[in-house]
Amino acid sequence: MAMLEVRNLKKYFKNKAGMLHAVDDISFTLDEHKTLGVVGESGCGKTTLGRTVLHLIDITDGQVFFDGKDVSNPSKKELDDMRLNMQIIFQDPYASLNPRMSVSETIMEPLKIEGRLSKAEMRAEVKQLMDTVGLADRFENSYPHELDGGRRQRIGVARALALKPKFIVCDEPVSALDVSIQAQIINLMLDLQEERGLAYMFVTHDLSVVKYISDDIMVMYLGQMVEKAPSDELFQNPMHPYTQALLSAIPIPSIHNRRERIIMQGELTSPINPKPGCRFMDRCRHAAPECVEAQVLEEPSPSHFVACCRSNKI
Amino acid sequence: MDEQKKKKKKSRFGEIWRRLKKNKAAVVSLFVIAVVVLVAVFASVLAPYPYDLQDYTAPYAKPSAVHLLGTDRLGRDTLSRLIYGAQQSLQLGIIAVAVSTVIGVIIGAVAGFYGGWTDTLIMRFLDIYQSIPMFLLCVTLASVMGPSLKNAILAIGISMIPGPARLMRASILTVREMEYIEAAKAIRARSARIIRKHIIPNAISPLIVSTTMSIGSGILSGAGLSFIGLGAQPPIPEWGALVSDARNIMRDHGELALYPGICIMITVLAFNLLGDGLRDALDPRLKN
Amino acid sequence: MDENILEINDLVVEYHTDDAVIHAVNGLNLTVKRKETIGLVGETGAGKTTIARAIMRILQTPPAKFCGGTILFEGQDIMKMTEQQMRKIRGDKIAMIFQDPMTALNPIEKVGYQIAEAIGLHNKVSRAEAEIKACDMLEMVGIRSERYSEFPHQFSGGMKQRVVIAMALACNPILLLADEPTTALDVTIQAQVLEVMKSLKEKLDTSVIMITHDLGVVADICDSVAVVYAGEIVEYGTLEQIFDYPTHPYTLGLFNSLPKLDMTEPRLKPIKGLMPDPTNLPQGCKFHDRCPDATEQCAIDPPGMAEIAPGHLVKCFPKGGE
Repeated sequence: MAMLEVRNLKKYFKNKAGMLHAVDDISFTLDEHKTLGVVGESGCGKTTLGRTVLHLIDITDGQVFFDGKDVSNPSKKELDDMRLNMQIIFQDPYASLNPRMSVSETIMEPLKIEGRLSKAEMRAEVKQLMDTVGLADRFENSYPHELDGGRRQRIGVARALALKPKFIVCDEPVSALDVSIQAQIINLMLDLQEERGLAYMFVTHDLSVVKYISDDIMVMYLGQMVEKAPSDELFQNPMHPYTQALLSAIPIPSIHNRRERIIMQGELTSPINPKPGCRFMDRCRHAAPECVEAQVLEEPSPSHFVACCRSNKI
Repeated sequence: MDEQKKKKKKSRFGEIWRRLKKNKAAVVSLFVIAVVVLVAVFASVLAPYPYDLQDYTAPYAKPSAVHLLGTDRLGRDTLSRLIYGAQQSLQLGIIAVAVSTVIGVIIGAVAGFYGGWTDTLIMRFLDIYQSIPMFLLCVTLASVMGPSLKNAILAIGISMIPGPARLMRASILTVREMEYIEAAKAIRARSARIIRKHIIPNAISPLIVSTTMSIGSGILSGAGLSFIGLGAQPPIPEWGALVSDARNIMRDHGELALYPGICIMITVLAFNLLGDGLRDALDPRLKN
Repeated sequence: MDENILEINDLVVEYHTDDAVIHAVNGLNLTVKRKETIGLVGETGAGKTTIARAIMRILQTPPAKFCGGTILFEGQDIMKMTEQQMRKIRGDKIAMIFQDPMTALNPIEKVGYQIAEAIGLHNKVSRAEAEIKACDMLEMVGIRSERYSEFPHQFSGGMKQRVVIAMALACNPILLLADEPTTALDVTIQAQVLEVMKSLKEKLDTSVIMITHDLGVVADICDSVAVVYAGEIVEYGTLEQIFDYPTHPYTLGLFNSLPKLDMTEPRLKPIKGLMPDPTNLPQGCKFHDRCPDATEQCAIDPPGMAEIAPGHLVKCFPKGGE
């Protein structure tokens, strides 16, 4: 049994123009010790997906199972229990830390709320956590604005780890960091995964990072999952035209074997009152009349899912 | 560790102080306010005479060694009355603002945090509330409750509620969009804790500024109420009441209105300038 | 082709605040040839943006302070020009695009009009001619000219950036400074914008200084590369030299920090430590305390630029045995 199972998850937002289908019918499973990468462009609903799985925003429809237990409509108590197992690391190490709380206060807060440990034990635990994420003791009483982005992100990681979760949603945790710092944080997260058997849902727009860190990758477009496959498979054999274009657009830091770039026309719209057909159709170079039909998720090879009626013809 | 912590807290205060120090006007204002506060606190020690001691032999006495600023029509020592007046006026301003801030912050916090129809209801109410001129509201409230210093304070406090309420709501709306609020939710913090630990401390800076400035306008409104007889009642020497006392004899003894007038002006100006300085000092955007 | 249009010699820029001096640019040398696209690569705080602003002379002074050096543009020292001369150069001969397109667009003015205005400002053309040219520019960056009369908010981020590029290139500048023009954009949109920039610089013979932290973008669009660290260039060479024979430990560190698509190692190799504090730069080589190959000498003497191959400069002591 998978640790996390998400079935037909939907999150709609009502706005003036109509119903925004931010997350539209997404299903996946995730096991311990595994990482699911979620990629897509801004506005594709990847961030909303992460928040909805964690119940930071309410689910419109669909189910979430954790350790076999249905947590789609949790009571306050169930939500509390759930949060012991599921945590989140945020994108912006500036906005995600309370500027008025010191490093130790921030990391201690989840422990305080949990109320299981004595004051002395909590202090010891905070020290331990700071050590785990590579924050020197001397920063204990520093405030976020005194620290650089990398250190701040370490605080965020320590806070997420404090409750000893099994599953962490990582919402673009390294996008705001410089490359050399980014590598430090990625290594830290990989170390933690190895030590603690954590499962990650790694939401990002950076395809080279996601390839490196993920076991499976899900590609989202306008709220829908268009393709999902083991990461090597996805990069070697992308089947959805959108995935192909996305992969070809990655700027590669090398001057050899450069690939032909597929330049897509137009830009992302937003999925307000979407029509039933393929949402990528207008920008797709392989679009055909049958694309106006609803797209069905198929599994052309084991564990490789794609929602494109023309994927076997192109 | 606690000691270290204290040091750290102090250094943050120190940082604000360091930035405030750069603003000369704010420093002077702070000094003026400190003087006024000290005078108010030690009024009974500083004043040469009780404020209501009448000397029938010397009405409208000229300034002399006995009465440094002269006396009024009942022979009361003007300096002593000004000193006690500081006590009354300051009290009035501070308590009135405290009332409006406490009530306003709660209303604003509720509106901002819960949003939805609660917010709409509160905001529409405040809109209506604010369509009534503030001073008119004060006057009405004060006359309904009956003229006394206590009622004047209440009236001013109530009439000033919308300011802090709107400000609090606006800062909360900004702060609650921050990711750290979501982070707090994820680590199971309850609403009350989120408001107390995460929202209020981050939304408070603009409130400190506006509160400082409101004390000035509170003193001013109080003086206004007393001037028209709805505030401090004789023989209480509130500054506005002193001006009021002198209004019929302004032509011959203008200084009796001038002294309290200057006191009001300087104090109100000091609070405003200090508020200005605090705004610059507390603004995190100016942090390097 | 080999004519130098921009020559920066020993440029030093500092920011003076109340309690510290920030050493943003420390003795920078750089030449840009006609039609060349040079990538200025470095991390946050390396001083890249300060360099660009110094060339445009749009630094706020104070707190910024020019402490030495010359910036020769077509042989004339920009630092010695009057504000009036400078205004003629800005936008006309040197144009700049920023990371956030909205800093360059007026939200209440039609985009086409804004481009036409830029054209009219620097060329003696009639209103109608400027409008036709503006339409051409829009088409050139892949936006239909029917959208001439739309306002910036009706465009998406990538399109706004393309409008800004159209505006910047409308007067055929000799030099274009692009400060992280694609950083805020999604990869597919970034690809579109880079494609537009590539074709335009070919067409218009514009030299480009491309400021970026993304080595992928550099590989895509640049002819030569300057790696900036703590306000100085630590390595300079052609695209091939930098990408195939990176030599400075910092350049190597940057490449190793990046996850590569064909990578099999279980961990990345980050550069240890952090960017040095620009108010308190280390003695000797500014990179020595993060450098895996640092020797005692590195902590004492700053290394000079060494030419290890024709045109390939490295600011590092030659290593024994190499």
